[in-house]
Amino acid sequence: MEQILANGLYLGAQYALIALGLTLIFSLMNVLNFAHGQMYVFGGFVTYTIVAQWGMPFIVGLIASAVMLAVMGALIEVFLFRPVIRKSKRDESTMLLAAGIAFFLDAVILLLFGEKQRGVPKIVNGVFNWDMRLIMPYDRILIGVLAIAIIAGFIALMQYSKTGRAMRALAQDRVAAQLMGVDVDRYSMIGFALGAMLAGLVGGLLVTITGVNLGMGGPTSVKAFMMIMIGGAGVISGAIAGGFILGMMESIGLTVLAVYGDITYLAIFASLMVFLAFRPQGLMGKPWG
Amino acid sequence: MLRRTLLKTTALAAVASFAMLGTAFAENPVLKIGFVGVTSGPAAAWGTSNQRSMETRAAWINETGGYDIAGTKYDVQIISFDDQKDPKRAIAGMEQMAQEGIHYVVGPNVDDGAAAVRPVAEQNAIMYFPYAFPKELYTAPASNAVLGMVANYQSGPAIYKYLMDNNGVKKVAFVAANESDPLSQRDSGSAAAKALGLEVVSDSVTYQVDTTDFTPVLLPVIQAAPDLLVLSGVSPANAPQLIRSARELGFAGLISTETAQDAAVLQEGAGELANGFISVGGASTPELASDMMKEFVDRYTKMFGEYNDESNTKVYALEYILATIAANPAALDNVDEFKATMDTFEAPNPYMVGDAKLKYVGMTSFGQKRQVSVPLVVNTFKDGKFETLFVAQVD
Repeated sequence: MEQILANGLYLGAQYALIALGLTLIFSLMNVLNFAHGQMYVFGGFVTYTIVAQWGMPFIVGLIASAVMLAVMGALIEVFLFRPVIRKSKRDESTMLLAAGIAFFLDAVILLLFGEKQRGVPKIVNGVFNWDMRLIMPYDRILIGVLAIAIIAGFIALMQYSKTGRAMRALAQDRVAAQLMGVDVDRYSMIGFALGAMLAGLVGGLLVTITGVNLGMGGPTSVKAFMMIMIGGAGVISGAIAGGFILGMMESIGLTVLAVYGDITYLAIFASLMVFLAFRPQGLMGKPWG
Repeated sequence: MLRRTLLKTTALAAVASFAMLGTAFAENPVLKIGFVGVTSGPAAAWGTSNQRSMETRAAWINETGGYDIAGTKYDVQIISFDDQKDPKRAIAGMEQMAQEGIHYVVGPNVDDGAAAVRPVAEQNAIMYFPYAFPKELYTAPASNAVLGMVANYQSGPAIYKYLMDNNGVKKVAFVAANESDPLSQRDSGSAAAKALGLEVVSDSVTYQVDTTDFTPVLLPVIQAAPDLLVLSGVSPANAPQLIRSARELGFAGLISTETAQDAAVLQEGAGELANGFISVGGASTPELASDMMKEFVDRYTKMFGEYNDESNTKVYALEYILATIAANPAALDNVDEFKATMDTFEAPNPYMVGDAKLKYVGMTSFGQKRQVSVPLVVNTFKDGKFETLFVAQVD
């Protein structure tokens, strides 16, 4: 049981961090960013290049991933999403644009980093073993703690900083925020950059554990969408809850249902369908959007 | 007068240069060979090594004047299609090959893709060289598919037997991704292990290919305390993570797979935890490699920056196609001629030292010669490199 809980918490922390960026962008701009998974992969490859190829410290790679993805996010918002949102009132325009960016990033990643699985050396060696009841490598513990710290930092930023308040106002009511003097364009750009930065950060963190490859983008996006569907799209606390719930469900399912074959995700998807039939807005989302 | 001469000279020079240009462009006829396989996603390394091997060899042939078929030198052009490991796209790829008039295709890389393209290949007279193991592709009445490597039901028993005899393995566990290839490889591996008298302590645990934490996946398997953990059909992307998780969970036994892996990927993803990992290698070792194989590796590395060990096997398919056509030039656009030649075909193997031959095998497994003969090289990983554990031959 201890092992199941620890696995669930570790998975939940990384999932929540992935979902946070996606839900932030959705809440600010009503954009379903299908390229979120590709941004995560890009972040992983940047860290890989800096740490494994250039031999620099892991923290440098992590910061570089965060900065590069933040810049990429800002540029994507300013030059792609902003003009499209201005010219088209249809939601599918931004969805198509996001899907196009996902394909584009896949091609760029293939060109820049190749098709192979990549990974960086373990940042901490050793395994925590509590009498065979709980086994957890130290690097996973460190990554889990870092993920939780980043989530806490993000919540603090959103809660107590001027930028965070402005973004929350924007998420609640775009027009009202504009009337109150919030620079909508500026904070949309900052929000998108922040969302992309979170994707890059988690990609950089997880490259030490799972490695990274070109094909991880799509499945990562799907899981991130599942989390925000569970928690409620556009709600920060919902994304965190969704991440931890999915992580815990996966951990329990993989242990309890292992003897029946790979039915964990079948059970999760079936549960999700039933859940959404009763609560389509997710746990913390509002029925009116 | 001077002006007229100048005009005439200019016109003549222009005609002459166009004529020379025409001569320059009237190069060798082109022989198109197709590739349909996966070059993106988690299994991209499998198809990319195919495509790059073919492109390297084609560039080499073209650079040295073309491939001689019945006294005519042909430039080889590789037409590639990424099926993204999706059977629907594999069919589209094979249809594209048919539209291009191509009769010889390398790929697909996985079972469902290879099975899906069979009707298209047969209807359009295409011989294809899959890296997939379903026996029905290679047994009569099927006759257009030629297995491009050693199948897991050929390599698996050889590995288990070796480990039983040399390492005292008695209990084995299988873990597979929840996809058609790994699952079928797990089933045939488990059956082969039981036939050899091994105790199979776990063969029901599977995982999603996009799993980011294998600890919960492997926990029940490790608790079954096998001597040997077989990662059935594991992709190069998942292998390092699985090895790492198994070792971190305290598993001290042997770990093996029947798929080819990449040393650099294992080193980066699992480091020294991957030491001792057993896999089927590319069909070459330093002892087996001829000068031509060494040059191929060199050219590949120059062309793409980094070599892939799998290409030791993947280099063969194109060579077999070209050598078989050279043996019977009527096979250029007639695959029935190609099939007829396969039964008796034999040519020197340019990638191996000694008197090794290129020849089609498969009578034992398929009842007809529908497999290329490549050495079965079983490797063990040590400190970033593969070392040869043993070499065997398959018929």
